[in-house]
Amino acid sequence: MPESQIHTEKNQKEVTSVHICDPRRWVTKHADYLYSYAVTRINDEELARDLVQETFLAALEKVGKFESRSSESTWLTAIMKNKIVDIYRKKSSGLLKRQEVRMEDQDSDDFFEAEDGHWKVQCQPQAFGLEVHDLFAGKEFEHILRHCMQKLPTLWLSVFTMKHIDEETTEAICSELKVTASNYWVMIHRAKVNLRECLQKNWI
Amino acid sequence: MNESEIKKIAYNCKKATFLIEKKQVGSITIREKLELKIHLAGCSVCRIFEQQSIVINKLVHDLFHEPKVNEFKLDDDFKRELQVRIEEKLDKE
Repeated sequence: MPESQIHTEKNQKEVTSVHICDPRRWVTKHADYLYSYAVTRINDEELARDLVQETFLAALEKVGKFESRSSESTWLTAIMKNKIVDIYRKKSSGLLKRQEVRMEDQDSDDFFEAEDGHWKVQCQPQAFGLEVHDLFAGKEFEHILRHCMQKLPTLWLSVFTMKHIDEETTEAICSELKVTASNYWVMIHRAKVNLRECLQKNWI
Repeated sequence: MNESEIKKIAYNCKKATFLIEKKQVGSITIREKLELKIHLAGCSVCRIFEQQSIVINKLVHDLFHEPKVNEFKLDDDFKRELQVRIEEKLDKE
């Protein structure tokens, strides 16, 4: 075994040994993080608050199952994530039919000409500085980005965040949300076209 | 590929932007790569879209993947109530 690998394993053991579970400090240590995590992924601050509460209560029930292999924060985040996916799934089963129709009909023609798929003149992307990445790392842009993400339909946002933030595989996202692969790709595409336009409108 | 097919792709920005997205988060076929290349060679608007799309993906990932600061904060009353509920539950056991 190469030396570096031994070191890594040793370090991991050292790190895991300090993972303890202390519910009395959860609110202080993790509440804001979990709340931010939830708000980024669902369109609803009220619901996000409820989710933080539900996550802590659910976690209390299974404190005995906490394994010190992962950190407390990772463990709580995983519990919350399952709850978020449940919400996505509920929304997708109710909304899917309606959204499918919308995606096929007028929605896809919001940006592109129906007959040849060309950009509508008023929707053509323009350079607005986004091409220069560094300028856009600031707080103001982050605020606009959040605002534009929150304007996406819930299911598009869920697909978008699961892919781009959580880096899940396409297969996992499709099966978790119970959407077909072709629907998934349509949503990935439409989410980005909408998001990009919103950024341009709000930045210029 | 015959001429009319090439023409169809060359003018279809909807399909080109779809492939731009699919290429970034998954994979596209060699044929699709060729189609996209042909389209981008002649379409400056989609070239801008592609540049911006790549940056958006990077920014979204950088900003939200590992949030270093907690952008959103719960109000203190809510936290206090939550703390009480947790303590109550713990004390019951």
